Amino acid sequence: MARQEPKERRRILKFEDVSLVFEEGPPVLDGVSFEIWSGETRILLGAAGAGKTVMMKIALGLLRPTKGKVYVFGEDVTGFDERKWFDVRSYIGVLFQEGGLFDSLTVEENVAYPLLNQARFMTEGRKPTVDSVRPDVQEALNFVELGETLSKFPSELSGGMRRRVGIARGSVTDPELFLYDSPTAGLDPITANTIITLLIKDRALRNTTTAIITHRFQDGHLLANFRYNPESQRLEKLPAGSPFLERTKFMVMQEGRLVFEGTEAELAVSQDPYISKFSMHPATKVS
Amino acid sequence: MLAGRATANIVRRPFYGQDLILQMDMIGVGSLPITVLIGFFSGVIMALQMSRALSQYGATGQVGQITAITLVREMGPVLTALLIAGRNASGIASELGSMKVSEQIDAMRALGTDPVKKLVTPRLLAMCVTLPLLTIIADFVGLIGGYMVAVPLLRLTTGSQYWNNAWRSLEYNDIAQGLLKPFLFAIIIALVGCLYGMRTSGGTQGVGKATTQAVVVASVWIFIVTAVITRIFVNL
Repeated sequence: MARQEPKERRRILKFEDVSLVFEEGPPVLDGVSFEIWSGETRILLGAAGAGKTVMMKIALGLLRPTKGKVYVFGEDVTGFDERKWFDVRSYIGVLFQEGGLFDSLTVEENVAYPLLNQARFMTEGRKPTVDSVRPDVQEALNFVELGETLSKFPSELSGGMRRRVGIARGSVTDPELFLYDSPTAGLDPITANTIITLLIKDRALRNTTTAIITHRFQDGHLLANFRYNPESQRLEKLPAGSPFLERTKFMVMQEGRLVFEGTEAELAVSQDPYISKFSMHPATKVS
Repeated sequence: MLAGRATANIVRRPFYGQDLILQMDMIGVGSLPITVLIGFFSGVIMALQMSRALSQYGATGQVGQITAITLVREMGPVLTALLIAGRNASGIASELGSMKVSEQIDAMRALGTDPVKKLVTPRLLAMCVTLPLLTIIADFVGLIGGYMVAVPLLRLTTGSQYWNNAWRSLEYNDIAQGLLKPFLFAIIIALVGCLYGMRTSGGTQGVGKATTQAVVVASVWIFIVTAVITRIFVNL
């Protein structure tokens, strides 16, 4: 399950002056450029309607930019048609805002869905069976501590449990890049922390490059300052000066523009009135 | 575009046979009781209305002929299609609309499935197979309804004369338009339901709006298409 950290870091996602304009209204995304390298974690902050989810959908090929270029795993995917995107997407895990689980399928069928439908898991054009993928599904559900819910339907689960099933579905294919859209939105602080702990654990065990859209600075703070220790099976704070601290970067979106990109320390000292709303005074930070 | 993509997907792998059977069960078997009921009462009403008109000309023996022609050419296909539009175009639009607003369609694309192939093609195929079959059943049950009125109830004619007249009055032309119409209606109902469902925006309110629009648009197109087809067959 665990993936070794590659010796050479590679560019996983790159936006080059990407804009998106719908027929009416101002641009939803306006000249956004950034790069995410393997092993990095990106925290994407911003007010509602700032363009965070749109950016994620462009990275997944669900929306097509009107200007600029998008590179995924080093390849220019800007002009890709839906069929080419299916192959790219099979290496990207995604958690949608409300989980995006299929109501009509059981938890097991939801988690098995990518394994049963993605071309890279087919052998000689044949789809795997539910029985053949069950061990992987069970492992993914055990990882999110929902191993007993295989036969349940999403409507029988709480909001936090649905997100955890969504994480299991996203991670069951062992993706190289995992995109999370507001994984803690609308959850109580305890459940939210459980979800973030899972994200940190997933990042550590699979060495997945991670991008997270969130409204909560606390989520970013935990991701930036803590790591999962597989031996003690607990989160532990990164020591000062650890190279891993530099691996988590924050980005702030405002009305379709990327107005900040940097480390937590740089975010904390920003004097911009909008950007500083997404940081926390050092004295009150979560320890 | 949706029609083209959904049709092209019929011959492309992978095939979602299970979804097709599920949809055929939901549309075909699920609509059977109401189709039988509506078909039966269509025949009953037709025979009752015709009994009065035909008795004025002393031609009550022709009730079987008139019921058969009216049902097979027009009332059977149109009433069944309107019923299925109300029941299934709304169902398809609301199901797909709910999937759209809860990001399930985005999730489907993100997880490697073409939503048109997975959702639209099975519904289109299932509708094209089941609606003509439902129409045949509605026509037949309608004829039985007409028989119940004409023979045991009003004693307008004998049973053998009713069925003989009904059978002899139908020409290939009638059968052809009686089967072509439900096939075209099936395409309209399935595509309109899917299109409005997949274009849904604006949360739960948008789902309600899409559902209403799907039923209205499908119903209007059913009347337009039946008028055009009837016009073509009248001249043949």
